[in-house]
Amino acid sequence: MTQAIDHPSVGPLPEVSHGLWALGWRRLRKDRVGMISLAIVAVYVLICIGGALGFVGATWRDEVAKPYAPPTLLQQFIPQGAELTGENIRAANADDDAGRTGLAPANDPLAALLAGIGNGADQYRTQDVERVQTLILGADQRGRDILQKILKGTSVSMFIGLFGALCAITIGTFLGALAGYFGRWVDDLLMWFYSVFTSIPDMLLLLSFAAVLSRGINTVILVFALTSWTGTFRLMRAEFMRHKTREYVMAADAIGASHLRRMFVHILPNVSHLLLVQFSLMTIGMIMSEAILSFLGFGVGITQTSWGSVLAEVPAELLQGYWWQMASVTLFMSVLVTAFSLLTDSLRDALDPRVG
Amino acid sequence: MWSYIIRRVLQMIPTLFGVMLLLFILFNWVGGDPAYILAGKSLSDETLANIRAQLGLDQSLPAQFLIFVRQVLTFDFGTSWTTQQPVSGIIASRIGPSLTLMTAWLVISTVLAVSIAGLVAYFRASLLDRTVTVISTMAMSVSVLVYIIAGQYFMAYKLQWFPVMGWSDNLWVNLTTYVPLPLILGMAVSLAPDVRFYRSCFVEEMNHDYVRTARAKGLSERAVMVRHVMRNAMIPIVTQLMMYLPFMIMGALLLERFFGIPGMGREVLLSVERSDFPMIKAITIYIVIAIMVFNLLADLVYRMIDPRVQLK
Repeated sequence: MTQAIDHPSVGPLPEVSHGLWALGWRRLRKDRVGMISLAIVAVYVLICIGGALGFVGATWRDEVAKPYAPPTLLQQFIPQGAELTGENIRAANADDDAGRTGLAPANDPLAALLAGIGNGADQYRTQDVERVQTLILGADQRGRDILQKILKGTSVSMFIGLFGALCAITIGTFLGALAGYFGRWVDDLLMWFYSVFTSIPDMLLLLSFAAVLSRGINTVILVFALTSWTGTFRLMRAEFMRHKTREYVMAADAIGASHLRRMFVHILPNVSHLLLVQFSLMTIGMIMSEAILSFLGFGVGITQTSWGSVLAEVPAELLQGYWWQMASVTLFMSVLVTAFSLLTDSLRDALDPRVG
Repeated sequence: MWSYIIRRVLQMIPTLFGVMLLLFILFNWVGGDPAYILAGKSLSDETLANIRAQLGLDQSLPAQFLIFVRQVLTFDFGTSWTTQQPVSGIIASRIGPSLTLMTAWLVISTVLAVSIAGLVAYFRASLLDRTVTVISTMAMSVSVLVYIIAGQYFMAYKLQWFPVMGWSDNLWVNLTTYVPLPLILGMAVSLAPDVRFYRSCFVEEMNHDYVRTARAKGLSERAVMVRHVMRNAMIPIVTQLMMYLPFMIMGALLLERFFGIPGMGREVLLSVERSDFPMIKAITIYIVIAIMVFNLLADLVYRMIDPRVQLK
């Protein structure tokens, strides 16, 4: 919106007229809650980038601790279970051997065979690795470091949320621009398309796509992009309808700008601030949905990790009293979602002064 | 009125056609050849050809689409690929449990949410209001999954207040034994956003002139809230509730899954897991039709309770 340039909150008119984004950034900087949320979200984005480049959580698959090792700080409060190692098993088997058949080796017709099997087993026996007793956030069933695992999961979940939202926004903006700008049969066709996608409940649509596609991070992003573009479409369609008759667009037409140029060079920058709010709302939604999809087994692949696949391990762990994986993932997730929601509110206040 | 209804029903046809086309593209084209799934271990060319012929997959895509259209119109989707029972029979048997849970949920959570929202709106900008806002923001940041997993573990397994899971044939037993825990957990998730929405409905009404008039003529705050604000705030609330209705048929996917309730939601998940395409297609189509019908009803009800609205 061009009128925002002489918005009263800016004070004395600066010599250089600032764009929408610069004004929004100014307003956001004054909002303390918004800036704190932005900082928290920025840390998560860094984790996401670090994870994608392999700096963060790269070793999450290593089984470094004993299974279900407790968090370091809580170590003394948690009763230690008996530890079962390869050594224990071998010792137990050795004790058993003599008593098992009740025969002296000389009389046992199978003794030679059993010894042969034993030797073969020794040859292929894997080395027992020295495993630590505790970790900062504890370990999971296979002794993987929960901190590493959750950092990697954070990275994957954030990646899916951010990238999925980006794809959905792109589809929604493009189609919405076409429908709003051209109107007539283009609008009718795209509105029909829109009504088809919105008449199916979100979760059912997600599951239908998930049912026919394979698992994996890329698939989840694709599914989210194909199912979540509708909100942006509706918003952009309305905005383009409003803007296409404005003077500045007519002026662009008069100097001979093409349709595409008018749509994406002239109108789009004037409505793009709405997209940022839409983007952060969508990212939160996708992070939440990803957790559900992966939990149900339709999300990321079994060799990948994310908040949802970590949560999928939780019910079985809780039954045995190992609660720390659930606590960690819940903490990581709710801090992000709270910060992101507050940031969305602040962004809306900063970029869309009409509301509120 | 009648012409409006007829026009709306006619408008549903292209949308329904589009939904059918989308499902057809997904399950008959993107989904690949189901014969490999169904043939299992006896994978000979002859078996595959037989299965394809049985499912009509040896015909051209347009012909297959016509079969699908006929299935939708006759409500006969054949048999489920995994259980070999008729699809429509399975769906009919799944509606009851979903409705039992969802009706209880809708009634209790609405009464609770509207009361809390009314209270909070009445005391708005007070400590109570801010406390409720903070709590609901925090409550909304925790994943649904965590509520269900932790709730089932503590309240059912550890404290044994409720059965961990299960369902019976007796409605009363279901309502008193098996519904309460899923209901509580479902409300833990839905209450916060509901209260937020209803609060905004109340606050918006309280800024109107007629509220000032009512106060000016000396009505008590209680009477203003209950007799004036409440009745007007009910308009968006009732509309919102009508929008929930179709989802009552669909059931709550996760709750049904965790608590072993044999409803629609659980059936959807099972069908997706088993790649039971006819089931998914049938359930989706029926739910889409239900949503369209309820949306129309919602608009009519809206018209009835708010005479200012003109249907066009």
